[in-house]
Amino acid sequence: MPYVKKLQPHEFNFLHSKNILLAKIDIELTERCNNRCIHCCINQPENDEGSLLREMDTELVKRILTEAANLGCFTVKFTGGEPLLRKDFAEIYLFARRLGMQVILFTNARLITPSLAGLFAKFPPGREIEVSVYGMSSESYDVVSGCSGSFLEFRQGVDLLLQYKVPFIVKGPLLYFLKEDQEAFEAWAETIPSMDAKPGYSMNFELRSRRDDQTKNERIAKLRVTPEDTVAMFARNPYYIADMVRFCGNFIGPPGDKLFLCGAGQGSCCIDAYGHAQLCLPMRRTDTVIDLNKISLKKAIEESFPFIRETKAKNPEYLRRCARCFLKGLCEQCPAKSWVEYGTLDTPIEYFCEIAHAQARFLGLLSVSESAWDVEDWKERVKRFVEINSTVG
Amino acid sequence: MDIKPSSIFMPSEDVVARVIEDELIIVPLVAGIGDSNDELYTMNETGKAIWLRLDGKKTLSDIAVELSHEFNADIDMIEHDVLGLMEELTSRKIVVGQE
Repeated sequence: MPYVKKLQPHEFNFLHSKNILLAKIDIELTERCNNRCIHCCINQPENDEGSLLREMDTELVKRILTEAANLGCFTVKFTGGEPLLRKDFAEIYLFARRLGMQVILFTNARLITPSLAGLFAKFPPGREIEVSVYGMSSESYDVVSGCSGSFLEFRQGVDLLLQYKVPFIVKGPLLYFLKEDQEAFEAWAETIPSMDAKPGYSMNFELRSRRDDQTKNERIAKLRVTPEDTVAMFARNPYYIADMVRFCGNFIGPPGDKLFLCGAGQGSCCIDAYGHAQLCLPMRRTDTVIDLNKISLKKAIEESFPFIRETKAKNPEYLRRCARCFLKGLCEQCPAKSWVEYGTLDTPIEYFCEIAHAQARFLGLLSVSESAWDVEDWKERVKRFVEINSTVG
Repeated sequence: MDIKPSSIFMPSEDVVARVIEDELIIVPLVAGIGDSNDELYTMNETGKAIWLRLDGKKTLSDIAVELSHEFNADIDMIEHDVLGLMEELTSRKIVVGQE
């Protein structure tokens, strides 16, 4: 009789059960970055003194990690900015691992050194490192990153990960002037040992998370992939229709005036670079974040988050459209993104509305002239869609 | 190291044991434990009861006696389980023997 069982990844589900107060935590170690990517929603300059002064110190990060582990947390994501900019990164990383957490690291890999690669090889994170790639040559990469020489440093970092056999995956932004690089990027990604699927792309770029740069917002908005091209990218996935059949059968429908419909803050939590607990990373409105210098993580999750999640929509335009729209679930509309785009929690976001409608038309759920919030027979349409496509995939 | 009733074992420093929802999870910290670096291990109830007694001081025989009293079970059967578990755990480098 075997006493010890090796758990396969699909058996990790119990680690995210409803009885665990906190299964996963995202920690933004810094907003500072050594890149200045044209599409980035959060980056601050690498040596920004204001950010440096306010960042969580090592002891606060460790306290938060310890609290998280005591609440059952199994996975921590370190993100930024560029988390490797933190001088105490190795210390924080090992601390998290010694708490028995698996670590997901988001990085541009420019700061991977032999010492760090050796650390990851000796003490593996337990999950693949996720490396963002901004082009396949200096000509493209350095334009996106805004930093001369950044491509070469990125390649050196990735080469070290390969040399030390540290598992990683790659992903990138879908920018129109990177189209020529896309084939080369995907061909290169296939050579990476731990890549078992095509790389993921970000394309519906978020505006500035702290609403701090209107000029950059205008530039980001121009870089966003059109709704039609977004749907074309979705349709590249051979399982797209099958996934939509499963999704539409279970998650589509008008939400009413309830604003927080996702799982944000339920079993998960995000911590910004300054020690504030947030339901999710974009949700930074000051009356929705909790200062962990003053309140425990447990209290934030048990008391503050449920209270925030009870917020209802009041904007008449939201109540006329989003509250009645059966595409809720397909649409990226949410209070966090509404705050980022408009400074309120309940303003319909036109860009995401157009994408959701483009998807619905592609799937045959809507005709060209229809607005989803005016459709009364949506249940019949979804049922027909599921029936017609149930044999697909 | 031979696995005998008089042997003493303790958890390796290269793993972390966590109890999540009553489930004992063994998280490898270093490379080389298990077949790949993203694996986790869990134990059945017998394994968990034995693991929680591995303190680097008690012999495997001591542990078997404790468990046979606690669960009112046959000492030979318990000792068989204890030795069997140690074989599995040492093969995966999850425990280390004390000389």
